[in-house]
Amino acid sequence: MDLIVYYASWALLLCGAFLCAIGGLGILRLPDFYSRQHAAGITDTLGSAFVLIGLMLQSGFSLNAAKLVMILIFLILTSPVATHAIAQAARQSGLEPKVVAEEDEA
Amino acid sequence: MIHVVDMTLLAFLALVAIAVTRMTNLFATSVLTGVYSLLMACIFTVLDAVDVAFTEAAVGAGISTVLFLATLSLTTQREKPQRSPNWKALCVALLTGGALVYGTFDMPHFGDPQAPVHQHVGPHYIGVSPTQIGVPNMVTSVLASYRGYDTLGETAVIFTACMAVLLLLQHEKRRDEQSTVEKKPDKEAMEHAIILRVQSKFFIPLILLFGLYVQFHGDFGPGGGFQAGVIFAAGIILYSLVNGLDKARQIIPPNVLHGLVAFGLLLYAGTGLASLFMDGNFLQYRALAEEATHGEHIGILLIELGVGITVATVMTSMFFSFSGRRRS
Repeated sequence: MDLIVYYASWALLLCGAFLCAIGGLGILRLPDFYSRQHAAGITDTLGSAFVLIGLMLQSGFSLNAAKLVMILIFLILTSPVATHAIAQAARQSGLEPKVVAEEDEA
Repeated sequence: MIHVVDMTLLAFLALVAIAVTRMTNLFATSVLTGVYSLLMACIFTVLDAVDVAFTEAAVGAGISTVLFLATLSLTTQREKPQRSPNWKALCVALLTGGALVYGTFDMPHFGDPQAPVHQHVGPHYIGVSPTQIGVPNMVTSVLASYRGYDTLGETAVIFTACMAVLLLLQHEKRRDEQSTVEKKPDKEAMEHAIILRVQSKFFIPLILLFGLYVQFHGDFGPGGGFQAGVIFAAGIILYSLVNGLDKARQIIPPNVLHGLVAFGLLLYAGTGLASLFMDGNFLQYRALAEEATHGEHIGILLIELGVGITVATVMTSMFFSFSGRRRS
């Protein structure tokens, strides 16, 4: 049982790390502001959630796990709103999303 | 393993510092200084200095970034281009930097157990604090009791900074208050940010509650007046960002705010005076009660409260006076 939890936690940690790396790559490579925002959103929510759940499995049923749950709830509630606020601020200041891919992005 | 973490964090720190000097977009620069502070906070955490890390994260990455951005909204986003390098300034900077680096050669090595800090007062405080002060968090006992004078000085510095900001920005603000026409678009812009409003309604009470927890739990865990004040101010600033400055000013009128700035410092100094009148020295809290440790507890509680009130109101009134001005 312990072994299963151990491997599950590592699987989740690696998954989270992979998603964070993807998000970082996306911020660098995606063509316009809004799609980059999407990449950053992946890092904020899914990536960190996987890492935190993996750490919860590592720490077992303890005070640390409770704190990690708190952090997870906080991140799940705030990160999407932060992403939304940034995107909305960009929209209001008149930044248009790139709808058609241009040649120099290929 | 811990060295890998140290090296990575320090390398990031250097990279961010270089990026800050290279950037011309001031908006990005001020966000990067926030990142710098956050990295510093991580390094402090690795070094087990959680109290300092807490302060750095709250002040450096939180409030000062917001104040920078509020300033940028008044000025411009781009740095003025400076084509020709200023050789004199470069010489002065290189000389000063060289002298500082030369100075570090005389300092003890990092983590050296023979260093004077680990020989002299450090062990004394560590040995004596649990029985003399009786507060579990030794940082608090050093900051509030053994080094009470220094902390009083720091609080006075924050108070003075706030006075300077208010003096510089106040008279312009009055003129703005008369012209109420300008303020309406700003309000309406936030009106349809309904997600933000709902979210902030949910979070502001939690932030204020956490601030109070940090304030009164500072004796037992990391935290204290400085951190709590900043967290409390962050809650108020969040409210005024979402609901507009006018509403925030209605809740906390500037008169009350400015009164509280002085009140916090007076509470601190008044605690010192009280111990003076109760047969002790200035800021010698053990005179405040029959039992020495009980007196220390009362004194620490009061002066931390004073620090917390001053820091929270200073940050809030600085933010109000920065964002109360319109771009001219």
